[in-house]
Amino acid sequence: MTTSNDLTLANSGKASLPYIERSRQYYEAQGFTAHYQYAQFDEKPFAPLPKPLSNCTVGLVTTSSTYPREPLEPRRVDSGSTLFAPKTLFTADLSWDKDATHTDDIETYCPIESLQRLADQGMIGALSRRFHCAPTEYSHRATLQQDAPELLRRLREDEADVALLVPL
Amino acid sequence: MPTVIIGSAKDIVERCGVARFLFVDFPLGNPCGKPWDRAMQARIVKQALTLFKDITRPGTTCCSEEQWGTSIWKERYMEVTPANKAELAAKGEVLRIRRAQRTRRSS
Repeated sequence: MTTSNDLTLANSGKASLPYIERSRQYYEAQGFTAHYQYAQFDEKPFAPLPKPLSNCTVGLVTTSSTYPREPLEPRRVDSGSTLFAPKTLFTADLSWDKDATHTDDIETYCPIESLQRLADQGMIGALSRRFHCAPTEYSHRATLQQDAPELLRRLREDEADVALLVPL
Repeated sequence: MPTVIIGSAKDIVERCGVARFLFVDFPLGNPCGKPWDRAMQARIVKQALTLFKDITRPGTTCCSEEQWGTSIWKERYMEVTPANKAELAAKGEVLRIRRAQRTRRSS
């Protein structure tokens, strides 16, 4: 296991894919001149673990959704049950690598079964009763002022102690 | 609330700045492991959970040692080549026309 603090380390000697530069070139080739401004913050939020993980309820947040998101329709935070876990979620609107892989296996991006098993084994106290879906907005303002507070509200409503965030 | 992110877009997540980050060097879409590989998925999720305790400084990245198997996807994702430049330019033009139509309809 390698760790870094504010550094870019390669994994096993292989460079990670530079998505920001690659997408800039891709959209430039499509004739788009205004580059997307990726979120960047000087201050990184950090909360220490409040109690042993084996006593913690773990909340789960995904960028997939329980309903098909259409380009023009407003996006919203939504939630689903982990007790009656769905077999699949909607991912078609997201920019994942549709040539190299697929999202037919929900556990690859919303690991309900894996977390449930780790709860049964005692590594975590419990999996939260709901998972939550974060809309992927181009608007930083909507994410910061609307979606993130709503996600936190729902996580607290579920009495989650910690949150595992999984963007596709 | 303490958080851990499992993700595959290392530059984007690190640019944003997060508390604890498990980087999995896989194609976008499967940060928690290869499809149907339950053993690998369990290892990745388990490693992510250990970061709640093991990482004590914000902005720390941990690199998973799990392997996708091939790396050809790194060359092909959003690739721009002399061969596809005209196709991409045409695709961009179609997108702009559609956007303009949507704007007209919604105004």
